[in-house]
Amino acid sequence: MNIEKLNHSPSVFDEAGQENVDPNLMSGAQIVIEALKAQGVDVIFGYPGGAILPIYDWLPKAADGKIHHVLVRHEQGAVHAAEGYARATGKPGVVLVTSGPGVTNSITGLADARMDSVPIVLISGQVPTFMIGTDAFQEADSIGISRPCTKHNWLIKDTNEIADVVHSAFHVAQAGRPGPVLIDIPKNVQIAKGLYQSPHARHRQRYQPKTRPDHWKMETLVEWMETAKRPIFYTGGGVVNSGVRASRLLTELVDATGFPVTSTVMGLGCYPASGKNWLHMLGMHGSFEANHAMHDCDLMINVGARFDDRITGRISHFSPHSRKAHIDIDPSSINKNIQVDLDIIADAAEALEMLLEIWTSRGRKKDQSSLNEWWKTIGQWREVKCFSYDHDTHFIKPQYALERLEALTAGMDRYITTEVGQHQMWAAQFLRFDEPRRWQTSGGLGTMGYGVPSSLGIQMAHPDALVINVAGEASWLMNMQEMCTAVQERAPIKQFILNNEYLGMVRQWQELLHEENYSQSYCDSLPDFVKLAEAFGFKGISISRPDELDDAIIEMLEYDGPVIFDCRVVKLEGCYPMIPAGNAHNEMWLGPPNRDQSEKAEESVLV
Amino acid sequence: MSKLNLSKGASRRSAYDLRKSRSSNAEPHTLSILVDNEAGVLARIVGLFAGRGFNIESLTVTEVDHTGHLSRITVVSTASDDVIQQIRAQVETVIPVHEIVDLTKDGHSIERELALFLVDEEQISRTQAQELAESFGARLIDTKTNHIIIEKSGTSDEIDELFDRLRSAGLKEISRTGVVGLSLTT
Repeated sequence: MNIEKLNHSPSVFDEAGQENVDPNLMSGAQIVIEALKAQGVDVIFGYPGGAILPIYDWLPKAADGKIHHVLVRHEQGAVHAAEGYARATGKPGVVLVTSGPGVTNSITGLADARMDSVPIVLISGQVPTFMIGTDAFQEADSIGISRPCTKHNWLIKDTNEIADVVHSAFHVAQAGRPGPVLIDIPKNVQIAKGLYQSPHARHRQRYQPKTRPDHWKMETLVEWMETAKRPIFYTGGGVVNSGVRASRLLTELVDATGFPVTSTVMGLGCYPASGKNWLHMLGMHGSFEANHAMHDCDLMINVGARFDDRITGRISHFSPHSRKAHIDIDPSSINKNIQVDLDIIADAAEALEMLLEIWTSRGRKKDQSSLNEWWKTIGQWREVKCFSYDHDTHFIKPQYALERLEALTAGMDRYITTEVGQHQMWAAQFLRFDEPRRWQTSGGLGTMGYGVPSSLGIQMAHPDALVINVAGEASWLMNMQEMCTAVQERAPIKQFILNNEYLGMVRQWQELLHEENYSQSYCDSLPDFVKLAEAFGFKGISISRPDELDDAIIEMLEYDGPVIFDCRVVKLEGCYPMIPAGNAHNEMWLGPPNRDQSEKAEESVLV
Repeated sequence: MSKLNLSKGASRRSAYDLRKSRSSNAEPHTLSILVDNEAGVLARIVGLFAGRGFNIESLTVTEVDHTGHLSRITVVSTASDDVIQQIRAQVETVIPVHEIVDLTKDGHSIERELALFLVDEEQISRTQAQELAESFGARLIDTKTNHIIIEKSGTSDEIDELFDRLRSAGLKEISRTGVVGLSLTT
């Protein structure tokens, strides 16, 4: 080690004239590994390449066996796997990729994590500082490209800054509304030597989002709760992200008040699906009772949801008679789509705790007779049984397949992830979650290809759990390369593919809004999924009759390893109920509309 | 765009919403944003405005604290109050942002802009230019050449007035800094 070459030599000479090298002096690459260890990282999802090689060089040397690296087969898969890990554990997911294409391939994952508030720390290699801007081999403006799809990003130009930036990155990714961050480290900065700092050595982070709610606002909300005649809790992913305590407090509050509760697709599990006040998911493919209750309520208490267009439907007709309170940790989510009457910037758990405390200290008052009326009305909506469907004895209905999957796996240590499309909505409708973090899906960005890698990420976090990716065959193909990774990691992820040979949701929209012009939504050639599974080195199952379903599911569950389950379902089933984009909550379709109705759907311009 | 004929629908608040009914109460707001002066910070702010379809009418940025490395970005954006509220909330999510103040709404403030006008010396004499400048509270810059350059600082409206006057008096070129402002509310 040539100390003289360093700008800021941290070496000191003791009285005997012996040179003592600061033990914190190390290469940038080693600093990265030390910082990750200090942050408690145990799994990294990554893919090596030229500009990140120094860090890969130090990974086995410095990690002391504390960090397990998962070699994905595509960088998009790395980010989704890290999302799967993060959402199943609540810890940040860590990704390591090279410059240029390594970063550009990661972008979809980062955008997905940004939308769904998933904490991700992505470390990317970059060409050496002296080559930045020269269109060097595998150079891309990683900071520029990733800026709008990260919470923050850093380009490190000095090795001495690495530790500080990595520790800050973990803070930013997790504080407030969680999200992805990117650290771009040029290769020469990885190789040069600098000083490592532990997280404790750092000054207090300036970024400190508000988590404690204003007391007077919570008192106002309690006053509203005491007199509400038709209240509803509208909950979302913010409750899940806040932690198990938030879910526990929500359940306690809901059960004590007797108010009905619904949730977005992101929040499923934050209130138990077996709870008696559960109205099921709301939104475009949510339940009749949840959507009608949202429309007719007089007090809406939004906890950690963001009034997404998939939830609100037509804004001018959204819940017209209600007072709305919105509890969110992200101030920019408040009054963005819907103007609310009470804005409460807070962490969900802290807000729910204070709410429960104030409501209790004021004597746990509520308008019970009005609530009884409200539940009577809700009971009538429940009677509609909006998720019912026509059974078929010869062909498998996708809903039936999921009902059987639910029946045969309920009570197991089970985690579900999905791809994007009809199967995703059916899974949200037919599978039930009594705890948070048991369900995840690409909600905001709607990323086809999320399921396979995220199932891998979940399995890495929970090696002994049952992890099932409920998939459509089209989405599943988008990131199927990660099955190789699953084999390498001996991750027994189950791929439950509802195969209708169509891009099902696209087909459904074409049926409803584009005069049945099925342009490019049919897959004329698909692989033999059983042979494909065998080629990867594990088990494939293919069935097409309802009476084969139970045995096949049990076979899948009993197999010690990954399984591709090719479930051939009816091809033209539509996902209902449905609020067509631009309709109001009380204008749901329970099944395919007749032609007159669908021609009225002039909102085909909406997405 | 009116062909879209969107009489109803979602995303009422998108700034890219080109339907007629909105933006009736849009007015210019001067937003003063204090940020860490680090590489790319301007791109973060400008990218946020562009990405979410917020309008930028003028923009100035420079480091105002050389020891603390803080820069002040002043943006004039024309939008309704609820969009401005959303802009403020979004800007506050940007990590290097210390604070954002709406100088138009948050109490008293002063706003100034500086403009340089190059006037054709064949259409107006130096003496005439001098008199004109003085009547607008502006001054001539001594360039040691034949060029006539008028420097004017004041409100944007005052600069617009001088611009209108000079347009018929041989104006060849104009450059404006955009608005800077100070809040008088402590």
